Amino acid sequence: MNNTHIKIATKDLNLFYGDNHAVKNINIRIEEKNVTALIGPSGCGKSTFLKTLNRMNDLIPYVRITGDVYFEDLDVYKDYDIVELRKRIGMVFQKPNPFPMSIYDNVAYGPRIHGIKAKETLDEIVKNSLEKAALWEEVKDRLKQNALGLSGGQQQRLCIARVLAVEPEVILMDEPTSALDPLATLKIEDLVHELRNNYTIIIVTHNMQQAARISDQTAFFLHGEIVEYGATEKIFRVPEDKRTEDYITGRFG
Amino acid sequence: MNRVCNPISADLEYGTQQKRFRLRNLKEHIAEGLLLLCAFLAVLSLLIIATYIFYSGVPIFGKVGFKEIVFGMTWKPLEDMFGIFPMIAASLLATIGAVAFGATVGLMTAVFLAELAPLWLSKVIRPAIELLAGIPSVVYGFFGLIVIVPLIDKYFGGGGNSLLAAIIILGVMILPTIVSISETSLRSVPIEYKEGSLALGASQLQTIFKVSIPAARSGIAAGIILGMGRAIGETMAVILVIGNTPQLPGSLLDRARTLTSNIAIEMSYAQGLHQEALFATGVVLFVFIMILNIVLTTIFRKAGEEK
Repeated sequence: MNNTHIKIATKDLNLFYGDNHAVKNINIRIEEKNVTALIGPSGCGKSTFLKTLNRMNDLIPYVRITGDVYFEDLDVYKDYDIVELRKRIGMVFQKPNPFPMSIYDNVAYGPRIHGIKAKETLDEIVKNSLEKAALWEEVKDRLKQNALGLSGGQQQRLCIARVLAVEPEVILMDEPTSALDPLATLKIEDLVHELRNNYTIIIVTHNMQQAARISDQTAFFLHGEIVEYGATEKIFRVPEDKRTEDYITGRFG
Repeated sequence: MNRVCNPISADLEYGTQQKRFRLRNLKEHIAEGLLLLCAFLAVLSLLIIATYIFYSGVPIFGKVGFKEIVFGMTWKPLEDMFGIFPMIAASLLATIGAVAFGATVGLMTAVFLAELAPLWLSKVIRPAIELLAGIPSVVYGFFGLIVIVPLIDKYFGGGGNSLLAAIIILGVMILPTIVSISETSLRSVPIEYKEGSLALGASQLQTIFKVSIPAARSGIAAGIILGMGRAIGETMAVILVIGNTPQLPGSLLDRARTLTSNIAIEMSYAQGLHQEALFATGVVLFVFIMILNIVLTTIFRKAGEEK
């Protein structure tokens, strides 16, 4: 972790849903252009933590957050306009959620709301984004068709293309393959592998093999805390904490 | 499980169980039959009404002429002139105006209630709008007559009894329908769509207008169609404010007479050919509403398929 640039860091981050202390004292430093996997059993707070990074928890009532989240050394909750923040930190959700409009309009949605109107520019962004998301070849002849007609895996890649279209620096992925079949999952994993060269990716996953396959760093969450965080290889080969080992070897979770 | 496995008690129970099954089947059949009957009642009513109106209203088209009635400009029953074109126009204009007004205000209200309003405020607004739906139409008409009509007279002149007054009253009358149906369909837009939009950096308003409303459009359209049906069929409120002069309205401030008010005003004393002409007015109204429904549902079914 020496010479790498730290993209996102948290300091004593806590999150409460009403009385429920869901995220506890998280201190984590996430490297640029790396894939960081967050693993842990259901309800361990990893998705909730993920959503503090682009402030998606703002939507939920009764949420209280203490501590700090830094993105490029600026405080996410104080120094950023939320629009600017979410433009730079994109998000892919658990369930593919393309809008009920054409494939083209889905990808062009982000650029359009951020003020791009020229058709040539939009055409180019759409093509580029779909290419980067490895979807262009499959959909180039039916860009005007409704996105809901795509398969689940294609929909999820479309959602990734939609995020790429606004040129984010960080992409948060909240269990992006949990609703997909193995083949579609594999495609998304390949895609993540490609994207890590240009983007900082933080991915929540239930699937430990997936974390082992695609991530550089892994953080193991349990009961809202980070039990262990480090190089993926190390976490999976020689975990320091007994609980990490138990989880990874499938003894609970 | 135990009982099924035990051969003796299973045998003993077999007969009674069969009986119970048969009884249950019978009950199911009776219930089904009753439901079918109820469903058939609606269809039967439609058939009877349609038959009666057409039976009483169609012959006059042969006697006076289709063109003379539908495109005739003069309504003088005593001189056997039964042109109802001015009323067709008035009905159309009043409906279009009311929908333009009611759909705009109604949709914005629904957006506010579904997406923006704090809980306490929606608890005030929603019941108020629902109450609006319960007010009898004659009260709307009365309200229009003593408030809207004088206001129009004061600010625009022309006496106040006018197409404009009818549009305003009808627009308010169809609000509850449009608001409640649009709100329901906006609320049923999956939260995932909104999250997806917000996560891309869209503001709340951008999300509402570019994702939520388009996603809810078939429900919103249904609300507008229902509102339109109510506006075109409304009689009492319209009679009280529109002036009821059977002339083609030249402006919003002109008096006019709709198809429905034509029937309601003259039916009590009409006889012979005159009465038949009123039924013919009903036929035109009926066909009119049918066409409207078919056209709109086709349009929206197509929109739904593209979805």
